[in-house]
Amino acid sequence: MFNRRKIVRHVLEDRGDLLVVAGLGAPAYDVAAAGDHPLNFYLWGAMGSAAMIGLGLALAKPRSRVVVITGEGEMLMGIGSLATIGVKQTGNLAILVLDNRHYGETGMQPSHTGSGVDLAAVAAGCRFPIARRISASTELDEARALVHSTQGPVFIQAIVEPESAPRVLPTRDGNEIRLRFAQSLQKIER
Amino acid sequence: MDETPDQTAQWPCQIFGHLKRVRVSQVGYVPDAGHSRLIQLCRDDAQIHDVVLTTEEEGVGLACGAALAGERAVLLMQSSGVGNCINAFSLLKSCGFSCLVLVTMRGEFAEFNSWQVPMGSITQDCLRLCGFVVMRAEHEDEVDDIAGAACDMAFDGLTPVALLLSQRLIGRKKWLK
Repeated sequence: MFNRRKIVRHVLEDRGDLLVVAGLGAPAYDVAAAGDHPLNFYLWGAMGSAAMIGLGLALAKPRSRVVVITGEGEMLMGIGSLATIGVKQTGNLAILVLDNRHYGETGMQPSHTGSGVDLAAVAAGCRFPIARRISASTELDEARALVHSTQGPVFIQAIVEPESAPRVLPTRDGNEIRLRFAQSLQKIER
Repeated sequence: MDETPDQTAQWPCQIFGHLKRVRVSQVGYVPDAGHSRLIQLCRDDAQIHDVVLTTEEEGVGLACGAALAGERAVLLMQSSGVGNCINAFSLLKSCGFSCLVLVTMRGEFAEFNSWQVPMGSITQDCLRLCGFVVMRAEHEDEVDDIAGAACDMAFDGLTPVALLLSQRLIGRKKWLK
């Protein structure tokens, strides 16, 4: 099992111009803990929307790399998005699901994946050419390569320890999060 | 059942003309008889990413992702789909995203399926409560003008706009044996 902070830090280290969408709850804190960045779009609500925000970005910026980092509960709520992304075959999009098999924000109730629901198999069935379930720390480098450079759409279900990490809260001002992301992306293009 | 509305009507082409005029580059939709012609025009356009959704709420995320990258997206849905979007619409208010939603109405003029009425009858109020300016086109001869206004207000005025296309405009759905 991975430590969730460790895998997110490893994936986001020296990230270059990687565009990051962070699902609400612990994944947003994990992304913030790896270092706040204007190209992080943190969600505080709209549960189930993270993957589709990633798709909209990836279609608009085919030369950029986009990663959605979210929890398995958030992914389950938007599970149809995997079919939608499978139709588009968006090569520059990766989804990294941090699967602790629990709904951490609401009191650690068991989630569907703890009962054996296989998200990576769902992604493979939705035509993701790369759909991996990883759990050993030796796969950290591979996860990083899949996120940064593998032709996708890429789906990674990373099994993480259920222990919650200290909260590192990004700003909750959605206008600020949107504006600084959009302005930073515009600067890259100049 | 004949699912295909009048294929000679010009209003879908007029709406498409406005989408092109304001440089819409992504269109999210759930297949819909009323929008079928507009969907086909979008699918046939090399400059537009057409994204077929499993549920309408996916389109809200899509549109916000596009907007983050400075692109313009439009969502096409039936009135029933508006109900599916409500929590996702919180992205618009929370982050100040604009949005344009084109809604084909069910549950009103000569509706044969009573199951369409509960959502159809609250569609306009739902959209208003979610922060949309709601416009409505009842007749073919007003679609061009209203669609143009909706596009301008959504993308230049940066205001979430929903344009309701009335069931009378789309045409009665015919039951065939």
